[in-house]
Amino acid sequence: MSDYINLLQDHQFIIDLRQQMLKFAVVQLASLQTAEDVVQEALESAFIHIDSFKGKAAFKTWVFAILKNKTIDLIRKKSRMVCISELYSEAEEMSIDELFDQRGHWQAEHRPNRWESPEDMMENHDFWMIFHICLNHLPAKYAQVFILREMVELESDEICEKMGISISHLNVLMYRSRTKLRACLETGWLNEGKM
Amino acid sequence: MLNCNEATKLLSKKMDIPLFFQEESALLLHLCICQSCRNYGKQIKSISKISKIYTQIDDFGNQQK
Repeated sequence: MSDYINLLQDHQFIIDLRQQMLKFAVVQLASLQTAEDVVQEALESAFIHIDSFKGKAAFKTWVFAILKNKTIDLIRKKSRMVCISELYSEAEEMSIDELFDQRGHWQAEHRPNRWESPEDMMENHDFWMIFHICLNHLPAKYAQVFILREMVELESDEICEKMGISISHLNVLMYRSRTKLRACLETGWLNEGKM
Repeated sequence: MLNCNEATKLLSKKMDIPLFFQEESALLLHLCICQSCRNYGKQIKSISKISKIYTQIDDFGNQQK
């Protein structure tokens, strides 16, 4: 019971949580207003059941689960989503080509090193900080598809249908997201993360 | 014979849709001789796992089961 009262009184927690939820929703819904509505609804339905949560962490997990489901519902109802990558020209394309030499082999300094197991990485608080920074670093045009696929867990054909993009375009966007995220994590984690 | 650029594209594609038989076998052949691409393949799987847990963490710290 005391946890429940603390949670309601912790304004900063709610403000931060709302901000994180908004960021999550706006990338996929491509509309701030819709994102604000869905975040509001998710928070409200979570507050109705707030007394069943012991502590902030459990509450946050649950509120994100509600948000994820509400976002999926909205995406399914929409006949068409705006694909952010179509709003940009290919001119300012990222430098994935620079990772490979002319024959398409890894440049020595960009070769993927061995990592620890994801379980070991996730146990370290610094790792989550780096993951958060790398994800935010990903251009929105890549992050949109990446979040839909890897976090909202939509099927590939579902994403293509909603966004009106071909499967090969999806493959390109996912390849760039993963490659960029991987390189960022490796730089941040192996070189600086183990300070 | 695939180069690393082509092999990594196939590794990523495989996470989203099934590969054709020819793609699959060319990829396997490349992975036999390329440790860097084997690392890449493992790491994008780790990233996928980590991403699913990311929405459930509390202030970059405590992950929820």
